[in-house]
Amino acid sequence: MTQLYPAMLGLSAALFAIGAMGLLRRRNPLVMIMCVELMLNAVNLTFVTFGNMLNDAAGQAIVFFVLVVAAAEVVVGLGIIVAISRRKPGATADDISVLRG
Amino acid sequence: MVNLIVFFVCAIICILGATGVVFSRNPVHSALSLVATLFGIAVLFVQMAAQFLAAVQVIVYTGAIVVLILFVIMLLGVDKEEDIDDEPLAGQRVSAYIVAGVTIVGLVVLLGLAGFNDANSNQRTGWGASTAALVTGDKSVTAPLSTSLATTRRGDVVENADPDNIKTLGRLLFTKYVFAFEVTGLLLTIAVVGAVVMARRPTDLVPQPDEPASMDDDFMADVEAESSGAH
Amino acid sequence: MLDLVWLIPALPLLGFSILALFGRRIGNPLAGWLATIFAGSSFVVSCVVFAGLVRLGGDRTFEKVMFTWIPAGDFSVDVGFLVDPLSAAMILFVTGIATLIHLYSIGYMHHDPRFPKFFTYLNLFVFSMLMLVLGNNMLLTFLGWEGVGACSYLLISFWFEKDANASAGKKAFITNRIGDWGFMVAMFATFFTVGSLNYTVINAAAPGLAKTTAAFIAITLFVGACGKSAQLPLSIWLPDAMAGPTPVSALIHAATMVTAGVYLMTRTAGITAAASDWVSWVIVIVGIATALFAACVGTSQYDIKKVLAYSTVSQLGFMFIAVGSGAYTAAIFHMITHAFFKACLFLGSGSVIHGMADEQDMRFMGGLRKVMPITAGTFIVAWLAIAGVFPFAGFWSKDQIIEGAYAKSPVFAGLTLFAALLTAYYMTRQVYMVFLAPARWGEHAERETVEIGTPAVTEIDGETGETVEVEPAVSETLELVNGLPAAEHVAVTDPAFHPHESGWHMTLPLVVLAALSAVGGALNLPFTHGTEFLATWLEPVTDLGIPAGKSAHIASNAEKLIFAGISTVVAIVGIVVARSLFKDGDRVKGERMEPALFQKAWGYDSAISAFMGGPGRAFAEGLAWFDRTVIDGAVNGSGVLVRGLGRGLRGVQNGYVRSYALSIAVGAILVVAFMATRVLSF
Repeated sequence: MTQLYPAMLGLSAALFAIGAMGLLRRRNPLVMIMCVELMLNAVNLTFVTFGNMLNDAAGQAIVFFVLVVAAAEVVVGLGIIVAISRRKPGATADDISVLRG
Repeated sequence: MVNLIVFFVCAIICILGATGVVFSRNPVHSALSLVATLFGIAVLFVQMAAQFLAAVQVIVYTGAIVVLILFVIMLLGVDKEEDIDDEPLAGQRVSAYIVAGVTIVGLVVLLGLAGFNDANSNQRTGWGASTAALVTGDKSVTAPLSTSLATTRRGDVVENADPDNIKTLGRLLFTKYVFAFEVTGLLLTIAVVGAVVMARRPTDLVPQPDEPASMDDDFMADVEAESSGAH
Repeated sequence: MLDLVWLIPALPLLGFSILALFGRRIGNPLAGWLATIFAGSSFVVSCVVFAGLVRLGGDRTFEKVMFTWIPAGDFSVDVGFLVDPLSAAMILFVTGIATLIHLYSIGYMHHDPRFPKFFTYLNLFVFSMLMLVLGNNMLLTFLGWEGVGACSYLLISFWFEKDANASAGKKAFITNRIGDWGFMVAMFATFFTVGSLNYTVINAAAPGLAKTTAAFIAITLFVGACGKSAQLPLSIWLPDAMAGPTPVSALIHAATMVTAGVYLMTRTAGITAAASDWVSWVIVIVGIATALFAACVGTSQYDIKKVLAYSTVSQLGFMFIAVGSGAYTAAIFHMITHAFFKACLFLGSGSVIHGMADEQDMRFMGGLRKVMPITAGTFIVAWLAIAGVFPFAGFWSKDQIIEGAYAKSPVFAGLTLFAALLTAYYMTRQVYMVFLAPARWGEHAERETVEIGTPAVTEIDGETGETVEVEPAVSETLELVNGLPAAEHVAVTDPAFHPHESGWHMTLPLVVLAALSAVGGALNLPFTHGTEFLATWLEPVTDLGIPAGKSAHIASNAEKLIFAGISTVVAIVGIVVARSLFKDGDRVKGERMEPALFQKAWGYDSAISAFMGGPGRAFAEGLAWFDRTVIDGAVNGSGVLVRGLGRGLRGVQNGYVRSYALSIAVGAILVVAFMATRVLSF
């Protein structure tokens, strides 16, 4: 098991990086939310790995909370997307740019 | 041996799913790729003796959140294809690749440079223990979240298919981290209320006497005029 | 009895307060009597305090602290009164002469619509002067110093409806202020080195001061004294100050305020004694220069008060010659006798002006001895005193100054004698022109009508060859009286005009002052040590002025006799020369001895105006340019810079969520990298 830990952490890093790149590249708001979920899952994996490494159940407890917060965030984010799309059907992230300097 | 194979298979699934999420043109395809990734991660959770979390991951994440996202995709009709190669913002594409690259390389280097203590031996053997201790453990950033009851000091053993995983986790949540637990409950309530308020149709609202009924409409009309003029 | 010292300034202050609040209601002439009573009672208390000091004996010093005025840590200033021989002598003659002048003003200002206000200012002035003299520390003296400056300004421009009077007041105030700068710097330096502003402490610490420190303090104090006592180069305000009413000129610009400079130098004699030698040389040279400068100008002035003004400047120069030579007793003696005879001269001239329907030009006077006998008599007594004729007061005091100057250098004594000659000359000239020469007013004035005009302008017409008149001839007639335009001297040249003697309010003070001018020499007769009352009285103060290692210079009897003889000869020469030129009232002879350079006061005032109008203005405009361009430019420029920067930075906010996300990602990477360098151990 011990030799897997580095690989696990490497996998988390890769997932996180891919999620970040997707968040920066995609314009569709729903795909952006999915990329955020990807990043959060990468972090969850990291936590659990560390919890296992240190024999501490706190790692899993933290994942629990991250899960809850992610759920709440998705709920609110989708609400926002629905509200925006009602006005401007087919709006992408680039179309909401009124707050410019 | 088995561990290794399981890990590799799941890792490949996760990576393929992730790339699918990012590079699919159809948002529905992205959602399905996400499901694949989440399943892979759930299996890895089980491998790490976090069975409860694996179950919760599948039920809540895959079964509720991704489904919700799919609902909204279908509802709003945003399932048309998006041109991923066209990038209106200057330098965004290059910067995104750079950020991704730096993140991976940086994290890997970080983990490699640090040392870690194996649970069964007391010598430093390499990867990431001190950074791990940053996040969990007694002197970690999350330590203040816990209450002073039930101090678990490297004592909650999670190794090797512990049948009392749920019990351990439950005890932890309701003693050491009870405050965070209650706060998340509050957070969920707020999120629900907020979502309900936001998603309501404005005509359902009773117009206030000192607020013109079409105030929202005026504002959004300006927004539309602005952005249609800008493009 | 000495405890009553606080009453001395308090009584005029009370008078000022009452008159300031209720003056208009009290009215004319009661306000004048009230003010005189307050000044007079202050004089009475001064006499009581003087008697008390005589009885005290010992070193004759009494200090009474009323309360602490400024308790600020190390810097503590009290309101306290220092009664010692010098201040006792000064309060006596200040309050005495002030009382006489208050009485005089009741008559002189009788017709003025702002009668009560005049006395309000006069009482305030007396209060300030007494604070100046009685103060036990430099800051109280400075309070009085500024107070008399302010009152001087108020009183000079009393008739401010005329622009010239207001300007004269401003000129006096501003010139004084330049001197005040010197006083203030001296105070700062004194506090910095000695640690206190109290005179007792300063005089005790003075011998221990470094020569350069003491020189710096002494020189800056002298700058202040120059401003107040109208020495070169700050003498310009005193002649212009004659624009004020004559009692003001008498009180402030003859007897009291201008002596404040001499008082200050005597009070701080210890510092001058501890200073480098060149300080006293500078003081003497400035005194001599001023004395000669003003005496020359005084020989050619036509305004009766201007002659006396330049005479005052010149006599103050004499006092500073004495101060610089270390003969402080002579300076104070001359200050006192000068107060007597100069006040008498000024009040006398005021009486003349009053009687001559406000005419001040001496070329329209003459022959007033028969018409105004009391004025003429007192004026002549004061004239003899100032000229230095035995046995009047001026003779004794001037002699001691010459002795002191000789001790410094024989050249100074010679120059002082020459200034004394000029003094005798111009005063004699004035007495003859005003009183003794034949009259030139009213029916006695020489009248003539002069034609002035321009001839016709003609030209020869090209066509016809005739001379044609282009502009007609202009002929005007001008009425001249005594060689001057009649339009400016209407009242006095009216054939029916007849001058009159003044009332008892004005003649009584004249008589008192003339008597004092006659016998004032008795204060310090040099025959034996026993008759030198003033010198022995002032010893505790003047001893401080003797530099360490030297002793007081005491002239031998032979020296005294020689100087007495020389100065008598000098005085007689001046009187005889002036008499021969002016006794007939012949203007032609007189004008030969009145060169334009002296009439214009050596061109000093016009030089200042030209300089300030030309280079001064250019300098000021240069400063204004600097302020506009560099300073405002810097301030506005920083605003422009900030705005430009803001405009540049605004581009970061482009409204796209994804670029914001990029910024967050980059920032997160940087933060983690930083944390990693902190946390990890390699």
